[in-house]
Amino acid sequence: MAKRIEASNVSSYYGSFKAIDNVSMTVEPKTITALIGPSGCGKSTFLRSINRMHEVLPNARIEGRLTIDDQNIYDPDVDITAVRRMIGMVFQRPNPFPTMSIYENAVAGLKLNGVKKKSLLDDAAEKSLRSANLWDEVKDRLDRPGAGLSGGQQQRLCIARTIAVEPQVVLMDEPCSALDPISTLAIEDLMFKLKDRFTIIIVTHNMQQAARVSDKTGFFSIDKTGEPGRLIEYADTQKIFSNPSQKKTEDYITGRFG
Amino acid sequence: MSLVDREMPQVVMTPDNIRSRRFPLVANLLVAVVAFAVSAVVVLTTGIGNWVLVIVLGGVLYLAGLNFAAGRVEGKRAARNRMWQAAIHTACLLAVLPLASVIWTLISKGAGRLDGDFFGTSMANIGARDANGGAYHAIVGTLEQVGIATLFAVPLGVLGAIYLVEYGRGRFAGTIRFFVDVMTGIPSIVAGLFVLSFWVLVVSKWFNDGNPEYSGFAASLALTVLMLPTIVRSTEEMLRLVPGPLREGSYALGVPQWKTILKIVLPTAAPGIVTGVMLAVARAAGETAPVLLVAGGLARINFDPFSGGQASLALYVYQQAADASKFAPARAWTAALTLVALVLILTIAAKLLARRNKLTR
Repeated sequence: MAKRIEASNVSSYYGSFKAIDNVSMTVEPKTITALIGPSGCGKSTFLRSINRMHEVLPNARIEGRLTIDDQNIYDPDVDITAVRRMIGMVFQRPNPFPTMSIYENAVAGLKLNGVKKKSLLDDAAEKSLRSANLWDEVKDRLDRPGAGLSGGQQQRLCIARTIAVEPQVVLMDEPCSALDPISTLAIEDLMFKLKDRFTIIIVTHNMQQAARVSDKTGFFSIDKTGEPGRLIEYADTQKIFSNPSQKKTEDYITGRFG
Repeated sequence: MSLVDREMPQVVMTPDNIRSRRFPLVANLLVAVVAFAVSAVVVLTTGIGNWVLVIVLGGVLYLAGLNFAAGRVEGKRAARNRMWQAAIHTACLLAVLPLASVIWTLISKGAGRLDGDFFGTSMANIGARDANGGAYHAIVGTLEQVGIATLFAVPLGVLGAIYLVEYGRGRFAGTIRFFVDVMTGIPSIVAGLFVLSFWVLVVSKWFNDGNPEYSGFAASLALTVLMLPTIVRSTEEMLRLVPGPLREGSYALGVPQWKTILKIVLPTAAPGIVTGVMLAVARAAGETAPVLLVAGGLARINFDPFSGGQASLALYVYQQAADASKFAPARAWTAALTLVALVLILTIAAKLLARRNKLTR
């Protein structure tokens, strides 16, 4: 199911402001790729352009090619909702739907996309909550509001919601930055488990996290504020953290940045 | 001189001392009593005013005295805090006072005619010497006119707000928002005149053999014009409060925008939207001028909003208050009480309805 993502010469703009410049990288299926770099370097922008989420903002546009298994997702005849179903996303802050119960949150994607059969929804809810390592904690209170869970549980609920629609790629935008270390560990464990089924791309500020979970790492940086972000180095995580080929990368991961 | 030294010269505050003396409640009350006593003596002996001035001057003296007295004991900062607290509580009290007064007046004067006659009969064949007579026809009129107006204004207003928040970009949306704001300021009599000239004098002729005709429906149209901007603006504010990440969370599941709005954004904003709608309903239910202009009022019961004049509670209050009968004022008060109760009941019902969909916490 998991698919290959290929970006070639991707530049992203907000109006006349160029946020990222000329990024090219290939993400293999069933791997975890971490994107690291200082704030404002465009790694989130790049991540959001992979499922066309950046288009939520007016005047946002993109140049270059972004393909998922050789289909350009920016072709004019591409259905944006189909792209987003194929490429799910988990956000920085847990955002369960406040009017929905835990159960409804878990199957929200299916329900809103027209699945009505109760037995199907029940199976999907249990399966996705189990995959998100949340089932045992919530199985007795599925009808309670999703917003009543703890932060870490909410984030796992959001992951369950994302994988319930069976995407091929899961994007994670700093999924642990609002969580405590134990919840973070729970989500990292989860990512290892999900790697068997999905291609995962994660943006993180936590370099240990990147080193722990990812197979490959991309380092983004900017020269100064107002300049577009660039992909400085993209290589195996092992190599980035032990023997980076770029001076900037080394400075950043050893904490001598800026 | 450090900031701390300058602010608290009287209070001994060293790094070892985080305590200060407190101004006791008894002293606080004492200041109040003295302030009002002084105020009463000054005002009443010199004869420059009556008890209203006593209270106003007493309040000012109290605040000043409190600031001064507490300042001696607690220090400047604590005293200023105490004075502003007292000022805010006073302002709060002053704001609630008229409301309490209105409710008290309505109940004490309106309770007299709360009987079966009032809710069961109209004013048909009631003369100046008849003690009975009721507002049944007016209650029917209000419910029908406001009901129809709500049926028009809520869908239009909510859809308009959705356009402004979710789809509207650029100059067109800005223009619409500006004109909605302008509409908010339209006096109700102007809305009534508009419907009079457009509907009653022109359109209603087509349905009535060429003769213009009053109707409750015309009143509904005028009320719609009045309700629309309130609903658009309040719904717009509520929709803007729905966090963007919720929408993005839904888009990320491959849910199209219209479904996201329908199933995620609207339910999240529902309680606030209901509040806005109820404000508009309450305003419409209290409008007199447009009903007078386009429905004309009628003493007997008319269930048909599309033909013939119709009364409404607000109009009934207006007519009874000016009526040359000693029994009329009582009817006016009871009608006013009924109107307030009606709006209150509708508001509570709507709030309960909006909350029912919410999950139990």
